[in-house]
Amino acid sequence: MPKKVVIVGGGTGGTITANVLARKVSREADIILVSDVSQHIYQPGYLYRALGEIIDESKIIREERKLLDRRVKLFIDEAVKIDIQNRVVSLMSGKQLEYDYLVISTGSRIVPEEVSGYEASYHFYSLEGARKLHEALERFKGGVVAVGVGGIPYKCPPAPAEFCCLLDYYFTRRGIRDRVEIHYLSPLPRTFPHEAVAEAITEMMERKGIHWHPMFNIESIDPEKKIVNSLEGESIRFDLLVMVPPHKGAEVVERSSIGVDGGWIPVDKHTLQYKDYDEVYAIGDATNLPVSKSGAAAHFEGKMVADRISSEIMGHEPRATYDGKVLCFCDAGFKKAIYMSFNYENPPKKPRFSYMWYLGKQIVNRFYWSLILKGYV
Amino acid sequence: MNSGEYKVDKVVDARGSHCPGPLMELIKAIKSIEVGQVVAVYSTDSGSKTDIPLWVKKAGHELIGVYDRGGYTEFIVKKTH
Repeated sequence: MPKKVVIVGGGTGGTITANVLARKVSREADIILVSDVSQHIYQPGYLYRALGEIIDESKIIREERKLLDRRVKLFIDEAVKIDIQNRVVSLMSGKQLEYDYLVISTGSRIVPEEVSGYEASYHFYSLEGARKLHEALERFKGGVVAVGVGGIPYKCPPAPAEFCCLLDYYFTRRGIRDRVEIHYLSPLPRTFPHEAVAEAITEMMERKGIHWHPMFNIESIDPEKKIVNSLEGESIRFDLLVMVPPHKGAEVVERSSIGVDGGWIPVDKHTLQYKDYDEVYAIGDATNLPVSKSGAAAHFEGKMVADRISSEIMGHEPRATYDGKVLCFCDAGFKKAIYMSFNYENPPKKPRFSYMWYLGKQIVNRFYWSLILKGYV
Repeated sequence: MNSGEYKVDKVVDARGSHCPGPLMELIKAIKSIEVGQVVAVYSTDSGSKTDIPLWVKKAGHELIGVYDRGGYTEFIVKKTH
């Protein structure tokens, strides 16, 4: 009997896991991927959609089926319950999927409504949100743009700082930069979690005339007065507010009682196994690991988990482990970017903004579909 | 004084976290616990010794203690409001 591997979630991590497993053990196992949507969106594209650098959305959307190895069975359905004890995933359609191995890659969801007054803010954390923000930016003639964070954790920690730098580029190109004040409300005492990187980003912000406010975690918004308040007790007036919305784990995780503190799945930081259930893995945004919620983390975790599962199916001891590897690019506009790479043991070094890393980011964007999602790199 | 004298309600192991980093993990934890509860954060990040006390003071919570545990630092914080 072939083993059954069920992967719940067709984002970056789930898709890579499925494709790598298909290449390694498609004869020995049935590989099933469940996704509640038929389309796969390249999420780093949201930011560029908001700024109008991407208008043709087909550049960042593909059919999930076309991204998967033909040996992967795809169910477009919603997982409504995961029964870890009995090894069964229940789907909205009524179908029940039994498994020998389970990979939970259900990602995160945004919950802007958890911030009082959120309707006065914009964001770039969904396609719809990015479209609305783009329209608001195009209408904007001048004033204070504030960019802050409405809840922790959130996807891609550098994103709000990166967005501020790109706003500088956007308003410069529109010829109204001198009429716009850009304010970055940093949740930390620095512009970035790690000191060395923060130094580079702070220097860049100062060069661009971006005002930044340390330790400003958005608690509430007054839509009438256009004031944003922090949980540290400060307030700032704005004309346009961009708020990274609070995030939570997937509803199926909460419903199945396998998440903690907002639906994040606790896993071993090296094996990514869930508690004592050696056959259950979680990857990507879905976990409560102390690494950034990002496609890069999901990418490396997915490949590692596929390696462990295929080893076991082939009768070998699984030896692969995750070392906390994350890499990311941060675009500062004007065709300059920085690149960071780090893991649990090695912090990032102070990066330099350069055209080379801007090109690096473009290359990743381009090869996401063909090389990264296939698990070749 | 050691953390053994306090009932710790939540432990956050942020060792090895460079991004989002231990302070973000602490802020997330503070939001998830009740007023009066205590959280312990483990950090290997050198910046934590500066930024965790800074944030705790600004946010008006109580830093009960900072302990060198040999290879990492433990911060004990009480949510006060």
